[in-house]
Amino acid sequence: MLGVILLLVILYTNMLKGLRGLGLTLNLDFLQDEAGFDISEGIPYEPSDVYLKAFWVGILNTLKVSIIGIVCATLLGLLFGIARLSSNWLIRTIATAYVECFRNVPLLLQILFWYTAVVGQLPRVRESIALFGGVFINNRGIYLPSPEPTAGLRIWLGFLGAGLLLAVILYVVRWRKLRQLDRPGFRAKWALPAFLIVALCGWFLAPSRPFTLDLPVLQGFNFRGGMRFSPEFSALLIALSVYTGAFIAEIVRSGIQSVVKGQREAARAIGLKESQTLRLIVLPQSIPIIVPPLTSQYLNLTKNSSLAVAIGFPDLVSVGNTMMTQTGQSIPVFAMIMVSYLVMSLTTSAAMNWYNRWINRVGR
Amino acid sequence: MRKAYYTVEERELTQAMKPPAHTKGPARWIKDNLFNTWYNVLLSCLALICIFFISKALLTWAFTEAKWGVIPANLQLFGVGAYPREQIWRVWSVIYILCVLVGLSAGMWGGLVFRFAVVLGGVWFIGALLPFELSTRGWFLGAVAITAAALFLGRGRTALRPWILGGWLLSFPLIMIVLRGFGENSVLTSNWGGLLLTLILAVVGIVVSFPLGVFLALCRQSNLPAIRWVSTAYIEMVRGVPLITILFMGNILIPIFMPGLDINQVLRMGLAITFFSAAYMAENVRGGLQGIPRGQHEAAQAIGLNYVQTMLFIVLPQALRSVIPAIVGQFIALFKDTSLVAIIGLIDLLGVARSVIANPDWFGLQAEVYLFAAIIYFVFSYSMSYGSQEIETALGVGEH
Repeated sequence: MLGVILLLVILYTNMLKGLRGLGLTLNLDFLQDEAGFDISEGIPYEPSDVYLKAFWVGILNTLKVSIIGIVCATLLGLLFGIARLSSNWLIRTIATAYVECFRNVPLLLQILFWYTAVVGQLPRVRESIALFGGVFINNRGIYLPSPEPTAGLRIWLGFLGAGLLLAVILYVVRWRKLRQLDRPGFRAKWALPAFLIVALCGWFLAPSRPFTLDLPVLQGFNFRGGMRFSPEFSALLIALSVYTGAFIAEIVRSGIQSVVKGQREAARAIGLKESQTLRLIVLPQSIPIIVPPLTSQYLNLTKNSSLAVAIGFPDLVSVGNTMMTQTGQSIPVFAMIMVSYLVMSLTTSAAMNWYNRWINRVGR
Repeated sequence: MRKAYYTVEERELTQAMKPPAHTKGPARWIKDNLFNTWYNVLLSCLALICIFFISKALLTWAFTEAKWGVIPANLQLFGVGAYPREQIWRVWSVIYILCVLVGLSAGMWGGLVFRFAVVLGGVWFIGALLPFELSTRGWFLGAVAITAAALFLGRGRTALRPWILGGWLLSFPLIMIVLRGFGENSVLTSNWGGLLLTLILAVVGIVVSFPLGVFLALCRQSNLPAIRWVSTAYIEMVRGVPLITILFMGNILIPIFMPGLDINQVLRMGLAITFFSAAYMAENVRGGLQGIPRGQHEAAQAIGLNYVQTMLFIVLPQALRSVIPAIVGQFIALFKDTSLVAIIGLIDLLGVARSVIANPDWFGLQAEVYLFAAIIYFVFSYSMSYGSQEIETALGVGEH
């Protein structure tokens, strides 16, 4: 105990001495100074804004790439995790090759590879690769059509609300009926189609379509309109999704395999169909096993997004780094970075713990 | 038709019969594994079409467009970075020390270690066959000879095993001294680079973070609240932030917190990686510690062991054995994570790759260079995970 206190005291006095040597004091006043550096993407920001605003842009950029990355990585992981259990030898082998190749190569190397060797080698703006008439890929980024809300959106939202109400009622009715019959079944069997039909009717009955597509159009030397993913963002997103997807695939595979064979056989013995076995027997038992390691993969992806600093995507760490070199206030900036990541980690774990409890309550 | 029961003679007959050998033939295998249902037919066809187009594109690139000349031209750079050419014998001495140890261990233990030694010898032999300079090929041949000789010497001498373990421990400082050297001929750590630096950082990180992680895990289970809180806070804080911030901290904050103490950058990065990895290691070890039933502690106390003895002889051996997969996974992660020092400015394997690409002589060869580096990383990581699986089977982890 004494030793720990002594160590902290020594470190603290050393820090003060070291800071004095550099002519710095510990305070957060610098956050209200003008940042003076530009940030290439994110929410609207001017170099004349203060450091605090710049840091906020960095946080939002980290969140943006992490959230989209988590969605993509989960989809990839699910796809390849299930593919690894396929009865088809070819599919199984492809999935294994994917997992082993991307898991065993450093993420930073993969990010640099995607950035310089793939995204960086895309054709120039005038020779853009056009897909489906609305997607354009070139060395300035990936341009996608973006949905623009119109006046009809409100009416459609009204339809959606009514559909949701109808769906809830049908869900409860079906649930009660199933309970009465004491049989397993798909509870949303009536609710889901009903909701979809109402939503579709609303889409066509509204005076104008709820959304119009804002297509990117080549004007002069660049594309205007639509959404743009910068090359840095695209490379980072691809690398993070593919890398984390390989880990998630392994988690999904081992989670499904951990359900003992006897359970499947017993399910077949009592006459459940293949789909029912999966939904009622296998998944309820494997999801509680899958969720905890999945959470830590989500957190890893969020933390790994900090490698953006290597290709110049202005994430939290990258912006923080610029702030440090400009102001020399390394200790407060480090503290801010750490606190930001800790808040993200704790929020994600809390959400996933809640989900885990909910799953456990329903499943068992 | 299957019968409900068998007579004794029939049962003996069925037991005496071996299962049918692989008489199915490739056509049947393809039908069973690729085209057994309609959706598998569809999937197989789709997969085959994808494989055809992807491999066609890749092979066309690899054999017609790619300029692989960049790899042999920079091979020494990839291997040792800016390590001075006239001092290269130091690196070979280190390799020879390792060859002796691997050979002796292979002779004494056999099994997986033996296979490892044979593969290593094979790699050196292939190196000797490749068109390097004559001196390099000589060094390679020497490595083959030394490995083989050590293997032969160590064969069956199981009594000497503890000495070899001691030798491995001693080799660690010895290697550092040989690489660094003394006086005028010493090689500054700023000249260490390439695969050499990657491996040094990884090995230092693994060797030091392991005991540190065990220590932290034990602290987290301690009965003294202060120790428990401090180690929990440390572990959670380090695990909460990305490695790159820890590396930046090591680079910027160590000089602030330790003014007057001149720590070079390689050492700073080594320290940062070690302290980062130790937190993860601690969590892995804690998982194992929690799996040990209370009765084991109590039984150890009952036969009069003190805390250190209980931990060393009873709890840790069981706890560590059960978390070998997690620990090896952590080692692999650490090995891959060493590549992050390239962002800080060290010239490790990835750093060399970046600097070669930045060289105007090799303009536009990113794909070739990164692919080569990726293959090297892959070989090391994959062999580690392969070895871990073998150790698991050998130790019977997961069996009771």
